[in-house]
Amino acid sequence: MIKVSQILDVLNAQIVCGNTDLNQDIDFGFASDLMSDVLTIDSDNLLLVTGLNNLQTIRTSEMSDIPYILFVRDKKASEEMKSLAEESGITLMECRYSMFRACSLLCNMGLEPVY
Amino acid sequence: MDFKFDIEGGNFSNAGTASSDVKKVLKKLNVDPKLIKRIVVSIYEAEVNVVAHAYEGEMNVSIFPDKIIVRIVDKGPGIADIELAMQKGYSTASPEVREMGFGAGMGLPNIKKNTNELNIKSTVGVGTEVELINYLN
Ligand SMILES: Nc1ncnc2c1ncn2[C@@H]1O[C@H](COP(=O)(O)OP(=O)(O)OP(=O)(O)O)[C@@H](O)[C@H]1O
Ligand SMILES: [Mg+2]
Repeated sequence: MIKVSQILDVLNAQIVCGNTDLNQDIDFGFASDLMSDVLTIDSDNLLLVTGLNNLQTIRTSEMSDIPYILFVRDKKASEEMKSLAEESGITLMECRYSMFRACSLLCNMGLEPVY
Repeated sequence: MDFKFDIEGGNFSNAGTASSDVKKVLKKLNVDPKLIKRIVVSIYEAEVNVVAHAYEGEMNVSIFPDKIIVRIVDKGPGIADIELAMQKGYSTASPEVREMGFGAGMGLPNIKKNTNELNIKSTVGVGTEVELINYLN
């Protein structure tokens, strides 16, 4: 389990939309650019790490009850994505690191893999 | 309770709006969140399939006290071999669909996993009808 504040500190990430409470806990992490893959995951309180920045990333998370998305490789969420995320209560974060670097740091911090 | 939604083939910016509306209805009805997730993930997969593989479609949702029946009917190329389409990894998705994060051939198996009953009827050159049934308790 890790805190949102740790993600911001260690990954130099920013919250760009949603709940800004830095004290929130996150249990699991899953990294993919493939939404078909994300839709098969059934863990609660999950952080999705992805470089896919389109509306379907948000829609997929809405359907899968995913509360946190971290965009890596300097991918930015569009205004449309932010408003859809806001509506669904999803917190969006952005960081410049590669997927691999972000995941290894998150893993070291204690974020649990799904499988 | 009956609802009907139109689905536009090829338009990924609207993909998921029907499933999103169904999710809101099920939340209002206080259906168990775990069950809501199973239902909306399945119908979203089916909705995205219409957007990705067909020309246009319709989602019909009927909610009864004990079950929800969702029928997704489309006009499209149809599925020649349903058994093959049900296999994990089988996909005919275009490069455009893959760019949107789909097209891994995982949707139909995932629907199967998350529904109590899945019925698919299809006519090549005409279209496909996917029926999903989930029991609510
Ligand atoms: N509504 C449909 N109309 C025509 N063909 C379809 C339809 N739904 C599915 N298919 C066919 O069945 C195949 C498998 O579907 P499935 O949902 O499992 O995978 P996919 O859509 O290709 O990828 P994914 O669901 O992982 O994004 C599709 O690639 C397509 O050939
Ligand atoms: Mg599919």
